[in-house]
Amino acid sequence: MNKLLKIRELSPCVKEYVIDAPEVAENARPGQFVILIVDEDGERVPFTICDFDKEKGTITILVQTIGATTMKLAAKKEGEYIHDFVGPLGLPTDLSEYNKILLVGGGVGSAVIYPQSKELAKICKADIIVGARNKELLLYTEEFAKQAENLYVMTDDGSAGEKGFVTTKLKQLIDSGKKYDAVFAVGPLMMMKAVCDLTKEYNIKTIVSMNSVMVDGTGMCGCCRLTVFGETKYACVNGPEFDGHGVDFQEAINRSKYYTEIEKDHICRLTGGKR
Amino acid sequence: MEKSPRNIMPLLDADKRCNTFEEVAIGFSKETAVNEASRCLNCKNAPCKNGCPVGVNIPEFIQQIKCGNTDGALKIIKGTNSLPAICGRVCPQESQCEKYCIRNRIDQAVAIGSLERFAADNGKEDSINKIEKNGKKVAVVGSGPAGLTCAGDLAKMGFEVTVFEAFHKAGGVLVYGIPEFRLPKKIVQKEIDNLKALGVNIKLNTVIGKTVTIDKLKKEFDAIFIGTGAGLPMFMNIPGENLNGVYSANEFLTRINLMKAYLKDSDTPVKVGKKVAVFGAGNVAMDAARTAKRMGAEEVHIIYRRSREEMPARKEEIEHAVEEGIILDFLTNPVEILGENGAVCGLKCVRMELGEPDQSGRRRPVVIKGSEYETDFDMVIVSIGTSPNPLLKNSYPQLDTYGKGMLKADEKMATSVEYIYAGGDAVTGAATVILAMGSGKTAARSIAEKLNVKVE
Ligand SMILES: Cc1cc2nc3c(=O)[nH]c(=O)nc-3n(C[C@H](O)[C@H](O)[C@H](O)COP(=O)(O)OP(=O)(O)OC[C@H]3O[C@@H](n4cnc5c(N)ncnc54)[C@H](O)[C@@H]3O)c2cc1C
Ligand SMILES: Cc1cc2nc3c(=O)[nH]c(=O)nc-3n(C[C@H](O)[C@H](O)[C@H](O)COP(=O)(O)OP(=O)(O)OC[C@H]3O[C@@H](n4cnc5c(N)ncnc54)[C@H](O)[C@@H]3O)c2cc1C
Ligand code: SF4
Ligand code: SF4
Ligand code: FES
Repeated sequence: MNKLLKIRELSPCVKEYVIDAPEVAENARPGQFVILIVDEDGERVPFTICDFDKEKGTITILVQTIGATTMKLAAKKEGEYIHDFVGPLGLPTDLSEYNKILLVGGGVGSAVIYPQSKELAKICKADIIVGARNKELLLYTEEFAKQAENLYVMTDDGSAGEKGFVTTKLKQLIDSGKKYDAVFAVGPLMMMKAVCDLTKEYNIKTIVSMNSVMVDGTGMCGCCRLTVFGETKYACVNGPEFDGHGVDFQEAINRSKYYTEIEKDHICRLTGGKR
Repeated sequence: MEKSPRNIMPLLDADKRCNTFEEVAIGFSKETAVNEASRCLNCKNAPCKNGCPVGVNIPEFIQQIKCGNTDGALKIIKGTNSLPAICGRVCPQESQCEKYCIRNRIDQAVAIGSLERFAADNGKEDSINKIEKNGKKVAVVGSGPAGLTCAGDLAKMGFEVTVFEAFHKAGGVLVYGIPEFRLPKKIVQKEIDNLKALGVNIKLNTVIGKTVTIDKLKKEFDAIFIGTGAGLPMFMNIPGENLNGVYSANEFLTRINLMKAYLKDSDTPVKVGKKVAVFGAGNVAMDAARTAKRMGAEEVHIIYRRSREEMPARKEEIEHAVEEGIILDFLTNPVEILGENGAVCGLKCVRMELGEPDQSGRRRPVVIKGSEYETDFDMVIVSIGTSPNPLLKNSYPQLDTYGKGMLKADEKMATSVEYIYAGGDAVTGAATVILAMGSGKTAARSIAEKLNVKVE
């Protein structure tokens, strides 16, 4: 049982949870994730470690409410407990070999680039692009403004920052002569695919964080498998970060949709049809 | 010697079985148990005993059942086997204790496993005497049968034991792999409660090598036992294996057993096809096939490249599967999984014939030229074996391994690192519950010796 110390609503469907988990915090590194179970007999669901505090023994996660389990989590109040919490899982990010990095975050993908931006800010500030459908869905812009050399905010409808996709800005930056040795892009699969398609043209190394469907998170079920440069890899133990130019996104997108119908059904039973 | 046929284990009707996860084998009544026990010849040199990896005192416990003393029988079994309710159900008795029973020469072996189960289910245990602590601490990694046995034995010797388990429930394969209809989870839970009553501390949701490092354990504990199992699933490496509808047996069984996807309102989803192909022919494949049937599949095929004789699964499990309508396709090998819109829609297979014996002595299957054909299937479960999870080893490379990543351990179960012991599937590769328990026991004794604690 782990206590929900603090809950903050960042946007209508995204909440930030600060969770008491000293053992997880002790070994946590940017890029790793946790798996939690909200109530007894609940589903095991993975979330990126967005922030951690070794002294206070806390882990921060950003969660988008999209389905049954995240709805159950959203119904919890400060001071309440979640049933199970395990981590840190996956391999930590290693950006040490790059000098000039561009971080790109889409939607809750910002949760993944935040700890990186914090880590990078200690050495050399990175350029950051964050994007969302609209102003309401933008996350952590204030925090990013502090960490970034240059922060570019993009919304699909232009309600904040500039109108356009993260790739619109990415292309602009590259074409304007900015040089990056690596792009670290995290967000919805379609966004990561679009970024990779673009950076491939310019031959810029691109790292993505794959949010495959998971069960155990320790390599024993194979549920999270994906194809990278023609080889099968497990997102939970070989990743979650991979060279985006090798990822078979078509397959990943297909696999991510496998349970969509069942999940919709499940939500209908929980809410009587409303999402 | 007069013949008297072996008592048959009563089973749930095969047609009822397919809609329920209730236990298939119902268990002996007291009358049947006493009758079966009276078939035992109480042999002086008891060859049956040599067939049991932990050397259960078989004739003695059977004599106790015969004279109606079930509690006494349980006490004798528990002297060497701490999980009899589990072993009585899942041990491959036909190739262990019962294989060597003298009665095989007259009619059939005594039903040792069923009697062991009877004693465990019906006998009462003595309450635990207060154990004097010896002041030494041991960490046990993994809560499968190896870890549980090692922890129990150490606790009884006075060690302060903490079991670390990656999952949110203790029990290892006993809870996530072997299905409810073969091993009800409440039986496993009872054994875990017994351990807790002995003072063993069980820490769930802790992945050693990630949450807590081996170095930290080394600092906080006097010795470590590793029983992390062989949980990594192998795939066939044929085209189409990443299509939707292809599961490893581990994933399929974990979703259903551990995550309770067999309940209608479970949070964890699972999708079961109408026509299911299971690759492989071991116990795990049988469990996956029978589970698929219970989850509503109309037709389930076991696809195996050799013939029935070479099937590694227990005879009883194969029989039960066939009774439940599982179809066995022998001398067939899948070469490709066919897909449509990203999901499984069929298989491309080849026919095989048996050629010369290979190293294992089994006849090697060879492809019959031009025998390729396609059939419809909408789900595939790959169950061709597992190897040890490299996660722990990767985080602590000092541990020597061999073969497919199995940990090296000597006959005392000591690894290449002083004060670290290992056992179970992590050392042998996928094997059996009783072998895992046996190694846990040996390790407990070795740890006690190493730490200068007297063992009775
Ligand atoms: C390594 C990793 C890191 C992640 N980090 C974050 C994060 O920081 N913030 C965040 O909001 N989300 C994150 N996710 C996604 C998050 O796990 C899913 O949104 C969540 O599981 C949805 O659960 P649900 O029951 O509410 O929704 P559902 O209705 O069950 O599912 C909605 C969609 O979520 C995905 N999903 C469902 N179950 C799982 C599962 N067990 N594992 C992975 N994906 C699943 C599927 O694509 C599905 O279509 C991450 C996923 C992974 C694998
Ligand atoms: C479906 C199925 C059916 C089977 N049927 C039979 C049968 O009928 N009869 C029989 O005798 N045998 C059977 N077996 C085999 C038997 O279950 C195994 O041989 C036995 O469970 C091995 O025990 P173990 O303790 O070595 O490992 P496991 O039971 O595998 O337990 C290992 C535990 O360690 C945990 N773990 C792993 N890594 C870590 C880590 N880094 N940190 C913390 N914890 C960790 C795992 O989560 C797991 O709980 C079957 C196996 C399966 C999968
Ligand atoms: S533990 Fe297994 S092998 Fe030993 S006597 Fe019991 S059933 Fe037979
Ligand atoms: S060999 Fe068979 S008959 Fe003889 S003691 Fe063992 S169980 Fe009894
Ligand atoms: S989640 Fe099971 S292997 Fe990755």
